[in-house]
Amino acid sequence: MADPMKIRATVQGDVADVRVLMAHPMETGQRSQGGKKVPLHFIQSITAQLNGKQVFSADISQAISRNPVFAFKVKGAKAGDKISVTWKDNKGESRTDETTVR
Amino acid sequence: MRQALMLGVAAAIAAAAPWPQAMAQSEDPVAADFDKFRAIMEEANPAELFEAKGEQLWKTPGGPKKQSLEKCDLGLGPGVVKGAYVQMPRYFADVDRVMDAEARIVHCMVTLQGFELDKLDDKPFSSATKTPDPVSITTYVAAQSAGMKFAPSQSHPKEKEAYEVGKEIFFYRAGAYDFACASCHGLDGGKRIRTQPLPNFAKPETAASAVMGWPGYRMTGGVMHTLQWRLNDCFRQQRFPEPDYTSEMLSNLITYLTVNAQGQVYKGPGIKR
Repeated sequence: MADPMKIRATVQGDVADVRVLMAHPMETGQRSQGGKKVPLHFIQSITAQLNGKQVFSADISQAISRNPVFAFKVKGAKAGDKISVTWKDNKGESRTDETTVR
Repeated sequence: MRQALMLGVAAAIAAAAPWPQAMAQSEDPVAADFDKFRAIMEEANPAELFEAKGEQLWKTPGGPKKQSLEKCDLGLGPGVVKGAYVQMPRYFADVDRVMDAEARIVHCMVTLQGFELDKLDDKPFSSATKTPDPVSITTYVAAQSAGMKFAPSQSHPKEKEAYEVGKEIFFYRAGAYDFACASCHGLDGGKRIRTQPLPNFAKPETAASAVMGWPGYRMTGGVMHTLQWRLNDCFRQQRFPEPDYTSEMLSNLITYLTVNAQGQVYKGPGIKR
């Protein structure tokens, strides 16, 4: 199973600053190990929900680094709101984690 | 030819040197730009991922004996993690030697959880595809000392001896390139090789750079590394035989570096170029 994400969401005014750290190998498919190509393995899509309603989505490629960091701002968030983030990768694995806006 | 080779080695060592915290208000424009870059990266340090993994490994029963590490004594009593990292290396009566944090954690994994030392030190360092458990656990333990001052114990005779032996190792010149740790890290005057400054680890003002930021997340390759790895790499780069993982020799050298840095505030696991 994939390792948990670290999500930090802090609100200032009515805008929440969300930072997400994801644990993922993000293999480019270009790297070799022991003479063998390491197969492509990367996060394809990321979505974020504020209290269950989608506020952010992104399709990304293997050009993103290992253990990537994403940051975005959400308008209209208050302290105590729930932010959840989901990623899905090309092997069909996915992971969802949630945090409370502070 | 010989000189060119020497430069190559020196550059390699410098390139892997920890980010010097003392240069935070650097007047050197190149170093100042790198400080800015580092500050941005520190805001979201993937080391936190390994800290979370390490916490889970510390608290979850594991190993052949199905035990957690919550009975592991890091010097402040069984299970006490907070503040333990900055007070190591220290003397442990049960093994009658001085141990640094990772050496102690590995010791606990062997004695409490029943892991075999031979397996733990077979491939002890992180790679692109694998982060060994002691690395994650050390990151977790280190993070619980963030914001505290380095205060390694120096009350036991063996702790004093470890400092003296560590000092001897630091200044010991030998090997194919007639090198010592001090060849690069015993110089004053803000010298640097390419973009990497060379702080003087023998002086209290700049010695913290040796232990600050470790364990650290290496952006090159995206791997988590500890001081055990860093010092092993120093010896490799000096063309010395590589020291045994968690050996007394490395604990001695870590004692020397940490005691020199005592009183300075540890910022927690770091991020490196």
